[in-house]
Amino acid sequence: MDTLKVGDEVFVSGKVYGMRDQAHKKIVEIIESGSRPPIVLSESSIFYVGPTPPKPGEKVGAIGPTTSIRMDPFTPLLISMGVKVMIGKGKRSTDVIEAIKKYKAIYLVTPGGISAYLSQFIEEIKLIAFPELGPEAIYELTLREFPTFVGIDTGGNSI
Amino acid sequence: MKTVDTLEIAESIEYLCREANYTINPRVLALIEESSRKETSVIGKKIFSQIIQNATISREKMIPLCQDTGIVIVFIEIGQGVVLKGLPLEDAVNLGVRRAYTSSFFRSSIVKDPVEKRINTFDNTPSIIHTKIVPGEKVSISVMIKGFGSENATTLRMFPPTIERKEIEEFLLSTVKEKGINACPPLFIGIGIGGTADYALQLSKEALLRLEPMDDWERSLLDSVNRLKIGPAGLGGDVTSVYLKIKSFPTHIAGLPVAININCHILRVGGLEIE
Repeated sequence: MDTLKVGDEVFVSGKVYGMRDQAHKKIVEIIESGSRPPIVLSESSIFYVGPTPPKPGEKVGAIGPTTSIRMDPFTPLLISMGVKVMIGKGKRSTDVIEAIKKYKAIYLVTPGGISAYLSQFIEEIKLIAFPELGPEAIYELTLREFPTFVGIDTGGNSI
Repeated sequence: MKTVDTLEIAESIEYLCREANYTINPRVLALIEESSRKETSVIGKKIFSQIIQNATISREKMIPLCQDTGIVIVFIEIGQGVVLKGLPLEDAVNLGVRRAYTSSFFRSSIVKDPVEKRINTFDNTPSIIHTKIVPGEKVSISVMIKGFGSENATTLRMFPPTIERKEIEEFLLSTVKEKGINACPPLFIGIGIGGTADYALQLSKEALLRLEPMDDWERSLLDSVNRLKIGPAGLGGDVTSVYLKIKSFPTHIAGLPVAININCHILRVGGLEIE
């Protein structure tokens, strides 16, 4: 990961958590109250996403990134607890850039508005927590050669 | 006098929501293709190619163009000679939205209480409805589906009445520089000028409904935006915006409201008429 530089093209394979605004808020509230969150943060990856529901007989619906900066108030804590990779769109705050540098994490970006195209690189999607939030629940997504670019590298260089 | 059953309006809304989420508007695609030929950055070209492939996959496999299937904004012009019968108009519009979103498995993105509980309505209603009574005997319906990555970039400034065009341009450029990257560039930009604060914002939406040709000022503003070099997906490039349109209205002697509506590269607009 250290060799990746801002702007490099990266294809991601493996499992990532799909979560966005309300799930971030809830997870941070759970951590701050001293309880155990319903996901394992150590060495984890988060994709800022709220997918459309799959049609009957299909594995996935439309999937693409949401604006990352809305997660920024919650992100430094999650990075400090082990989140290594974040996938989203747009720039991040200086607090997030500092946390990325300190904990050697990486932020990847992928274009918004091309969700039918991106859905081809998702093998599976599973509901993990907070089903009452609908599209804002936490999902586990299995990515295969999912196309991204480095948005902030481990040295803190940003797009 | 002409009688229109509002169920026909519900059916029209249902059709327009489906079309807008699955099929890129041909004029939007033409503008994207035209701009893609001007892009010189390698990453920018790649993203243009992904945008064009996305449109094909969406249409063929019936997967929404974007996972944010948006908030539905409806503009209805009702001829003065039309009598509406059946369901109340707003209920009919929301029925159409509900049917489209639940049966097509589009994402339900609307929450009921905006501040406290934010509980999802799970049918993407209610929608935002603008009605206008006009001469004639037909009902014209336009739908704009707006994702919130781009709606969050909407900006209003109440200028003093003595400013020059240059200051409107500077406001536009600072807005795009600050917020454009989050709105999924290459952008479609609507600008509302005049009226009141709320009306300028409405004009900025209406400006993008018909995709009429740009005039000289609009072209020069578009060129200035493109000189920001934000590029497709904000990864740098020549094309930050593909289209810019202004809609104006008379205003008060003491002011000059300017609203900027930034839309992503898949401008999801469509319309039809019931005659």
